[in-house]
Amino acid sequence: MISIRNVSRTYGHGPGAVTALDRLSLEIEPGEFVCVVGASGCGKSTLLSLIAGLDTPTGGEITAGRNPALMFQEPALFPWLTVEKNVGLPLKLRKVPRAEREAKVAELLATVNLLEFARKRPHELSGGMRQRVALARTLALDSPVLLMDEPFGALDAMTRDLLHDELERIVQQRGLTVLFVTHNVREAARLGDRIVLLSSRPGRLKWQGRVDIPRPRRIDSPEVSSLAAEITDRLRDEVASHAR
Amino acid sequence: MLARAWAGTWPKVLAVAIVLLVWQIAIWTEFRPPWALASPADTFADLGRSLGDERFWLAVGITMQRAVLGFVLAAGVGLLLGLAVARVKVLRAALGSMITALQTMPSIAWFPLAVLLFGLTENAIMFVVILGATPSVANGVIAGVDYVPPLLLRAGRNIGAKGISLYRHVIAPASLPAIVAGLKQGWAFSWRSLMAGELLVGVANRPSVGTRLTVFRDLNDSAGLIATMIVILVIGLLVDVAFGSADQAIRRRWGITE
Repeated sequence: MISIRNVSRTYGHGPGAVTALDRLSLEIEPGEFVCVVGASGCGKSTLLSLIAGLDTPTGGEITAGRNPALMFQEPALFPWLTVEKNVGLPLKLRKVPRAEREAKVAELLATVNLLEFARKRPHELSGGMRQRVALARTLALDSPVLLMDEPFGALDAMTRDLLHDELERIVQQRGLTVLFVTHNVREAARLGDRIVLLSSRPGRLKWQGRVDIPRPRRIDSPEVSSLAAEITDRLRDEVASHAR
Repeated sequence: MLARAWAGTWPKVLAVAIVLLVWQIAIWTEFRPPWALASPADTFADLGRSLGDERFWLAVGITMQRAVLGFVLAAGVGLLLGLAVARVKVLRAALGSMITALQTMPSIAWFPLAVLLFGLTENAIMFVVILGATPSVANGVIAGVDYVPPLLLRAGRNIGAKGISLYRHVIAPASLPAIVAGLKQGWAFSWRSLMAGELLVGVANRPSVGTRLTVFRDLNDSAGLIATMIVILVIGLLVDVAFGSADQAIRRRWGITE
């Protein structure tokens, strides 16, 4: 579904150049939920921008199908539009007829449990609700691939927990392929079918492994906790080797 | 409700009262003869008479017609110019600083040239009014486009907006507050340019607020003169209030307001 082969991205030229990603290769199967974990500066966000086509690699090749949908840490909603118009904009840009659009927006808002907030503006909603609107808008792209850049990083633990459940349900219902970037190891263990660890500066594939914990999972279950601890140790080695 | 309205109003009422008092004290001290400085009572009586005089309304009408036409044209030119400069790199390098330079040029300094170019005509006045307001509007557009949050641009591109649709659905609405600020400033510049123009360029058979000022000075009619100045002030304030409420409406919609 997503194929990343030997991809590099360097910013700038000469001695001041910074390599954000260095010959990274990664294959993601259709319907797979992959979590990418790494310390700051490991090129996680760069990777998503490259896959989404908002940036071009300096080396290597990426195939990711038609228009992968991207979700950010901030909701990035348009403050001048109501909730329903924010969600409807991707459809409008695809020239979906009005009646069909309205039905689709209602369905998406129902999916994220926000139907009664359709006429509100983003600033009238809580952080978690805004992020759910952003998710609905991303889903409106009807893309089989969902790229998520620390989407719940700015939320409190309770809200995040609820959104994990919601995201898991939506992804399973729609059979989406997800690449989920996070620095929260527990979150990765809670959500991922596979976890990929990136090293930092330059970003390289450090380690990857399957998550065999059966779903539904809980973030506070012993299995998730012990997997999180294991990954944290690997991550710590990585960070320490850089501090030296 | 009434108490709150009063809480907002009384400082303004007090300020006006103090101005009137200082003015009246100047009259009492006979600081200047009445033909040079009319009393508040005489001035407001004159203003009251003017309001019932059709020549007054003709003059205000012509001035407002010029103001609106000049402002609309300047807004149109400014929007297009601003968009072009914001979008095209070469134009920005060529014109970016020139627009700001043009803005610092006092518009009254353009009038002698305008008179040589167009004579004592409407066109001379329009030329300077448009020159006065266009740079502000253009700068507002440029600032608006430059400061669109990059995250919104990324989000917009990802959901399928590109080229014109990116402008229509993301860049234009995101720059709206800066554009309104530019329009507001542009209005202030065009209103000032217009008053300067009407004082300097008296077009035959076209009575205006500016020509009334000239006539009252020539007649040593300070009551009429100050009354006309009050009219200029009030018109400026009313338009400012209109822009202020447009700005407020945007802020409320966006949730920027407290």
